[in-house]
Amino acid sequence: MQHERSAGALSNTSLARRAWDIRRKAVRMGEVQGQGYVGQALGVADVLAVSYFHALNYRPADPEWEGRDRFLLSIGHYAIALYAALIEAGILPEAELETYGADDSRLPMSGMAAYTPGMEITGGSLGQGLGIGVGMAMGLKAKGNPAFVYNLMSDGELGEGSTWEAAMAAAHHKLSNLICIVDFNDQQADGKSTETLSAEPVHDKWAAFGWHVQRVDGNDIDALVAAFDTARNLQDDRPRAIVCDTVMCKGVPFLEAREITHFVRVEADEWQKALSVLDETKPE
Amino acid sequence: MTIQHRYDPHRKWEPRQPGTGGGKTSAMIASLAAEGYDAVPAPFGHALVEEAKKNGRIVGLTADLAKYTDLHVFAKAFPDRFYQMGMAEQVMVSAAAGMAREGFIPFATTYAVFASRRAYDFIAMAIAEEYLPVKIVCALPGLTTGYGPSHQATEDLAIFRGLPNLTIVDPCDAIDVAQAVPAITAHPGPVYMRLLRGNVPSVIHRHCPDYRFELGKAKLLRDGTDALIIASGFMTMRALDAAVAMEKDGTSVAVLHCPTIKPLDTRTILAEAGKGGRLVVTAENHTVVGGLGEAVASTLLTNGVTPQFRMIGLPDRFLDAGALPSLHDRYGISTEAIIRQVRGWL
Repeated sequence: MQHERSAGALSNTSLARRAWDIRRKAVRMGEVQGQGYVGQALGVADVLAVSYFHALNYRPADPEWEGRDRFLLSIGHYAIALYAALIEAGILPEAELETYGADDSRLPMSGMAAYTPGMEITGGSLGQGLGIGVGMAMGLKAKGNPAFVYNLMSDGELGEGSTWEAAMAAAHHKLSNLICIVDFNDQQADGKSTETLSAEPVHDKWAAFGWHVQRVDGNDIDALVAAFDTARNLQDDRPRAIVCDTVMCKGVPFLEAREITHFVRVEADEWQKALSVLDETKPE
Repeated sequence: MTIQHRYDPHRKWEPRQPGTGGGKTSAMIASLAAEGYDAVPAPFGHALVEEAKKNGRIVGLTADLAKYTDLHVFAKAFPDRFYQMGMAEQVMVSAAAGMAREGFIPFATTYAVFASRRAYDFIAMAIAEEYLPVKIVCALPGLTTGYGPSHQATEDLAIFRGLPNLTIVDPCDAIDVAQAVPAITAHPGPVYMRLLRGNVPSVIHRHCPDYRFELGKAKLLRDGTDALIIASGFMTMRALDAAVAMEKDGTSVAVLHCPTIKPLDTRTILAEAGKGGRLVVTAENHTVVGGLGEAVASTLLTNGVTPQFRMIGLPDRFLDAGALPSLHDRYGISTEAIIRQVRGWL
C-alpha cells in the first residue's frame, strides 16, 4: 500500500487522533521499560502525526522504497516517539511495542538505522542528522529523485557547531528538498535550552543562514499542517526550517504540571494513570 | 602549571646569518624519495578519474582542499559529481554518509589531521557504525609537512585503528596510490587512506617490477637474512633504499611492505617474522604509539612469535616545525637514520 499524501489527505481531526495514538503507544513503551523519554514523545507527537499522516510519502510494507520521503531522527533518544509513529504508520507491528528496550529488540532505547525498519539513520550523537540530511538531499537531487528529506532535531542540537556547518551547506547547495524540523521544547540535559546555551533568535539565525523559516506552535495540528504545506510547496531553492514550539509531556496534564526536566521521572504506578488520562481525552 | 616553551623566553634573539643553517623547507612529496626516481603527477586524482569513468556511483567531496588532495583533477573531469563543502569537515563527512545512503560511493578529502581529530565522531557514527562505502582520503599523513603539529597527523593511525569496520590504507608511492583507488572502490565498506599528493615518486617498481597493490595483503619486496623491515607508507621506499645501501657492506635486509594497516595481514607477517634468525623492525611514518609497530608487536606476541624486535617511528611528542629533510633525520625516519638504527641493533 502506498500512501500518496497531499494537503487534506486526512482531516485535522483524524490527525489529532493519530497524535493521540502516538502518545498512547509511547506511554505504553515507557511502561514496558519503566523508563523512556516520554516527555519528549508526548511533546512531539503532533509533529510526528502531521509528518507521517499528512506530509510524508512512504509505503508501509516497503520502508526502503526509493521514492519515499526520508525522515531522519537526529535525536536518537526520541526513538520511543518515532517507534510509536512507525507502529501507527504500519511500518512496525504493534506487538513489537512490548519489546521496547529489551535485549535483541528491534526497538533499542536510542534510534539506530541497523536495528529498525523505517529508522533512516543512527542518531544520538547530537548534531549529526542535518549533515547526513544534506548528503541525502544532494544525492536525491543528483539522482533526479523528487523525494524530500526531513530532519527532526531538538533545540539542544542548535548548540552543536556541526548543525550550522550543515545549515550553511544546505543553503549553498540550494537543497530545496531538505526540511529541518526543530522541536523547540526548551529543555536539554542540564536545564532550559534558553538558559543553557540560548539559540535565540532562532528564526533569525536560520534566515541568516539562507533558509526559509517558519516558527509555529508545535502542538497545534492546524498550524503544523499549514507549515508543512508551505515548506513542501515553496517555489524557491532555499532549504526549509520549521521551528516547532512544543510543550513537554503534552496531553498528560499531571505530567505537564510536574517540574519539567530533560528526563521526566514517571513513577511505576503513574504509567497506568497517564494512560487513563489519555483515554479520557481520546479524540474521535 | 608551567607552559613548555620551545624557546628560552629570557634569551635575546639574534638573527641567523643567511645561508648558515637550517635546511630548505619542503612540502613537496617528490622529495620524499631519493634522487633518481621518477615522479608521477597527482596519481590519486588521475586514478579516481579512470575509476569514475567506469563507475557512475563515484562522487567527490572536499573541505576546501581539492587542489591540495589532487581531487581537483576529478573536479575538472566530472564537475557535476564534485561537491565543494567548504572548510567544514564535519558536514563533509556527514554529507558523504548521506550520499552513500543514497547509493553513491563518495570520496571525501581533507588533511589527515582534520579528518582524524575534528571529524572523528562523524566518521565513527555516520560512516563506520553504518558500514557505508565512504572513502576518506587524506593528505599530509604523519610527518610530511614542516608546518608543525597543526598539520602533522602523527597519530591518525592510532586514532582510526580503534574504530571498528574501518579499513586503513597507508600506500607507499605513486603506483601504490593509483592501484589502491580501484581496490578501495571495490571494497564494500568505509576506508581511510593516507594520501601522497602532487608529484609522487614511483619507487617500488624499480625494486620489484611485479608488485601489485592488493587490499589487505602485505608483500615481500625483497628477501634478506639478517633483518626484516616491515614498513608502510613512504617508509617502505626508505626501507628499500636502506636495504640496498646495507647490502653493499654485506648486511642482508628483507623488506615486507604492509600498506593495509587494518585489517592487518597477520598471516604474512607471522610467516615472515616467524622464520627466525632475523631482527624484525617495523618502520612507519607515525608515532610509535598505536600504529603499525604496535599492531605488529601485538600480532607477534599473541601468536607466540618472539624475534628480536624494534620499532622505527616518530616519538610520542608534538614535533618541531622546520624543514622536512632535517626533521625526518632528527626523528629517525630518514633512510640514513634507518640504516644507522638497524646497524646498531644488529
